[in-house]
Amino acid sequence: MADEVIRVAGLTHRFDELVAVDGVSFSVSAGEVFSFLGPNGAGKSTVINVLTTLLPMQDGEVVIAGRDLRTEPDHVREAIGIVFQEVTLDRDMTVAETLEFHGRLYGLPREERRTRIDELVALVELEAKHDTLIKYLSGGMKRRLEIARGLMTRPTVLFLDEPTIGLDPQTRARMWDYLRQVNREGTTIFLTTHYMDEADQLSNRIAIIDYGRIVAEGRPYELKNALGQDLIYLETADNARARAVLEGTPNVGAIHEKGGGLLVMVADDGTRVLPHMLDALRTENVAVTGINMKKPSMDDVFIHYTGRELRDERAENVATAVNRAGRH
Amino acid sequence: MADRRFLTIYWRDMLRYVRFRALLFSSLVQPALWLAFFGIAISSSFDALGAQLPVVPGIPRIGYLTYMCAGVIAMTTLFTSLFGGMSLLFDKNWGLLREVMAAPMSRSNIVLGIGLSGITKSCIQAGIILVFGLLLGVKFFAGYDPLHTIIAIVGILVFVSIFALGFVFLSAAIAITMESPEGMQGVMTLLTMPIFFASNALYPTQAFPPALQAVSVVNPLTHLVTGIRYFAIGPEFSAIGQTFSYSVADIAISFGVLCLFAALTFVLALYRVRNARVT
Repeated sequence: MADEVIRVAGLTHRFDELVAVDGVSFSVSAGEVFSFLGPNGAGKSTVINVLTTLLPMQDGEVVIAGRDLRTEPDHVREAIGIVFQEVTLDRDMTVAETLEFHGRLYGLPREERRTRIDELVALVELEAKHDTLIKYLSGGMKRRLEIARGLMTRPTVLFLDEPTIGLDPQTRARMWDYLRQVNREGTTIFLTTHYMDEADQLSNRIAIIDYGRIVAEGRPYELKNALGQDLIYLETADNARARAVLEGTPNVGAIHEKGGGLLVMVADDGTRVLPHMLDALRTENVAVTGINMKKPSMDDVFIHYTGRELRDERAENVATAVNRAGRH
Repeated sequence: MADRRFLTIYWRDMLRYVRFRALLFSSLVQPALWLAFFGIAISSSFDALGAQLPVVPGIPRIGYLTYMCAGVIAMTTLFTSLFGGMSLLFDKNWGLLREVMAAPMSRSNIVLGIGLSGITKSCIQAGIILVFGLLLGVKFFAGYDPLHTIIAIVGILVFVSIFALGFVFLSAAIAITMESPEGMQGVMTLLTMPIFFASNALYPTQAFPPALQAVSVVNPLTHLVTGIRYFAIGPEFSAIGQTFSYSVADIAISFGVLCLFAALTFVLALYRVRNARVT
């Protein structure tokens, strides 16, 4: 494909024994917003760290902006912008100095640095903070500054690792607006997130990653449609028996446990399937204590493909392994 | 390969240096205080003892304050340079290192930039101690004509610079994998003790036991102090009952040792920074 900006094939990355990324393949076209959605510790950050050259390539192939990551890492660096997961700013530099420093590191000529800083400070609405030390900025302003910095070199693709982590809902919504605008102006965006709504709102395409593998990939509506028309959530006196009963009921698809109840995917109009389900449960004497019906959300998509809600125990394992590897 | 972007790293390191007013102030005043308190206190008792010793004809006798001033310049350079790599540690934990490491440039720029900033800081401090020392009565450049004085100052600053490079590189090599400033501080203290006391900064090394003397001979600080004394006092002088004489060859060897040390630590720092993983 001619307008392919990122192509990843069979990417695998290990920290000692732990396989953090396990044979991941995907491609991103020019102008897309592509999201990696997964719980903490799923391998998202490892993928983005390899793609942005902060971790060495182990196995697999990566081509970004036409450059092979293994043989031309410096050319890849020139073609990308990065917004790291943690704040990567010097508290004691001003907004303008931060951008100036970045421009110089990337070898931008003085004139271009000047115009670019003015443009970007305006884009992220930090004009009034031009000469303010970063320690006096709010969390949202710091994030905006980091986005501006990522755009200094007019990158082909902007990588963002959990761009709105720790921000309040209003600031997140603003951040999404900035990212949409950046994307409209032609920058391809690759982001990782563990927020369902973020992936849903921003992305053209989403890859759901879990245990270092891509378990599903597609446009948000495609992923949601794959779950059927409606989702029925049931709380019963005996979820195990209820599940057995429902699995034999017509038009009932996959059933997952969620919270204290069951999440039932139905292939037909839920308002027509639900009475049959209730009849079947009554016949088998399973008491129903609560019902809810809704359209599938990204949350449900995630549960469907990973078999569970967000979990944390693996996240800690990966974090430990990464730290250990980092100390070597 | 390094390019002129090491100046960007340098610019930013100096930005921090002048921005932390308290740190800047204390780093400039502290060596002066050493000279003012320790120097004057100890020189008054040492000079009382030395006054009883016979004068060697034809060799100028210098007071202890003049003798130790070279040591204070060297010590200050040592401390400042050993902490010069600390900015890497801070950047790794709370700052910009990820951003710098992801930039499309050779990492030798990082090492060189920090080295240049170490040179600048050390030369500023050495200048302040020189001026302050002369005000306190240090007899540097005695009997020199202006040209000779300028050559002497340049010589001192060249020695200080090469020495500073060596220890900033060493500091950078250590800091890049350190986890905490406390740990870094601990390692630095461990290093400072033997380097400072197994040297000729405060007293002559001739009377050292053989093992300690061997350490002092390979100790870069000894070679820095030797260089400073040669340029500031002269090739031959006596102090605290000892006669010191340095030939041009001695100074060339000292300079060579410092250059070698800086070259080795540069390779070490570059290797460590290149292989550092910051994610």
